[in-house]
Amino acid sequence: MTATQAPGIKSVNIREALTRKQRNPAGVALHVALVLSMLFALLVLFTLIGQVMVKGIPMLTNRGTGFLTGTIGSEPTKIGLWPGLYGSFFIGLGVIVFAFPVGIAAAIYLEEYSKQGPLARFVRINIRNLAGVPAVIFGVLGLIIFVQWLDPVTKGETVVAAALTLSVLVLPIVIITASEAIRAVPQGLREAGYGVGATKWEVTRDMTLPYAAPGILTGLVLSVARALGEAAPLILVGAITGLLPRTGLTERFTALPILIYNWSGRPGRPGKVDWENAAAGAALLLLLLVFLFNVVAVVLRTRFERRRSGL
Amino acid sequence: MKQGAPHTVDNEQTSDSPLRGLSVPVSGTADANQAASTVFDIKDLSVFYGDFRAVRDVTLTIRQLEVTAFIGPSGCGKTTVLRCLNRMNDFIESARIEGSVLYHDVDLYDPAVNATEVRRRIGMVFQKPNPFPKSIYDNVAYGPRLLGTRSKSELDGIVEESLRGAALWAEVKDRLKQSGTGLSGGQQQRLCIARAIAVQPEVILMDEPCSALDPIATARIEDLMTEIKQKYTIVIVTHNMQQAARVSDRTAFFTTEINLQGDRRTGRLVEFDETRKIFSMPSDERTEAYVTGRFG
Repeated sequence: MTATQAPGIKSVNIREALTRKQRNPAGVALHVALVLSMLFALLVLFTLIGQVMVKGIPMLTNRGTGFLTGTIGSEPTKIGLWPGLYGSFFIGLGVIVFAFPVGIAAAIYLEEYSKQGPLARFVRINIRNLAGVPAVIFGVLGLIIFVQWLDPVTKGETVVAAALTLSVLVLPIVIITASEAIRAVPQGLREAGYGVGATKWEVTRDMTLPYAAPGILTGLVLSVARALGEAAPLILVGAITGLLPRTGLTERFTALPILIYNWSGRPGRPGKVDWENAAAGAALLLLLLVFLFNVVAVVLRTRFERRRSGL
Repeated sequence: MKQGAPHTVDNEQTSDSPLRGLSVPVSGTADANQAASTVFDIKDLSVFYGDFRAVRDVTLTIRQLEVTAFIGPSGCGKTTVLRCLNRMNDFIESARIEGSVLYHDVDLYDPAVNATEVRRRIGMVFQKPNPFPKSIYDNVAYGPRLLGTRSKSELDGIVEESLRGAALWAEVKDRLKQSGTGLSGGQQQRLCIARAIAVQPEVILMDEPCSALDPIATARIEDLMTEIKQKYTIVIVTHNMQQAARVSDRTAFFTTEINLQGDRRTGRLVEFDETRKIFSMPSDERTEAYVTGRFG
């Protein structure tokens, strides 16, 4: 049999052809650009964290727990962020109590129960649009609905009104991420449930939700982190930037992002422990809170995932 | 083979009675020597997905304690028809049917019929083994628990009996708490069969149950089928003609027709008869072409 050579391959030296060094300048350039982009992103992140730590840690080490339990005032060496912690805690709790169940229920309805027609599509598109509405607009909404209309319930400009406002703000995120997690559940799993005579609710409860749990959880963490970090809507629903004598559910309120915003705007006294240290300390604590929340979520997620693999 | 007297179905009398409250022979208790009675009576069934007619004019009867095979080329609608038998097509929103599917003379598509109850009596084993992401024990116990069995000892009994019934007990009895998804493909499929029989259905629908399995696992499932047909009426969809010939009593041959524009295929039933007739002397030449391997 005579080897017929493919057209274009003239060289008999296959080794040479295969090992010849290739030049691909566009590929190399792309590679470099990708690495630089990543480095830039990391640089920004580490600068931020580094700054916050350098400025914030003295506040925590010098004042110790005093910085956590003290209240806001006019002297940066004496203030504490207790009212901010209090407000942020109840905002986070509010989101968990209001936005989680409502958002997950809405996602279950959209994915499992509603007819998948044009109406459902319309609703879905609008939920996506809501997720893109600027936070300050939700602040206006909160001011009108939760502070003014629902004053008998929320007692006006309180942490309850703030928690409700931020719950509404993160609701689209919860719905979208939960919907996506539910949609990713294999149809075969649902059919397996139906096949042994499970009802729709039983299939949703026993098959769909456990399988979707890790994905839903990711959305929940994102939404709480978002709620804890928002300042703009809180200003509109009446967060206090000055003195706050009492903390309580029916009192005026403030939150960590508000303290950061307020303190970082005050004039500095170079060389001394200052407002900027206080702001950095508060930022550090906020980052820590979000980080802790993520840790809890990762632990839960791992547990859900293990259960998903059947153990 | 069981050759029952030609049965008649009185539509007027029964088509409006809902499924609940109707006395249906409990699986396993029917006398196998008795002339096989009709379980499903399918009349002029067409299935549509939106405007598209996927299958048309299927008329056939499925008898008790027999294995009925649906064979035919891809896209001929055999799975579609199978999924009508326990209302599994309900989950495809655009799907609707014309004609009637009578189960013990009850129209399964009567609005009064509870589809969940239908699926409890008419179990299903799917093409791809789909055990729940739960332990082997919980896979089998899930159905009985839904039906209200709470007692541990009772559940233990059902789990063992079902796993024995699916010829899986010996392999898994020491690791019932392990994940069902960790089993091999063939074991998973037998687990799915165990799960199906745990709720004591009357009928088990099998949608190409061996297509994802190797020949040895396939042989085990086939043996299992001939064994459990003592107790259950089985309808199996298969691509594998030898499998149909080996395990089934009756065979329905489906084929596809292409419309005039040549862009849409509609499945239709060509011939339905005893399996040995279908494979030795089919009355339709398309069946003959298919079973002799000249087409499809």
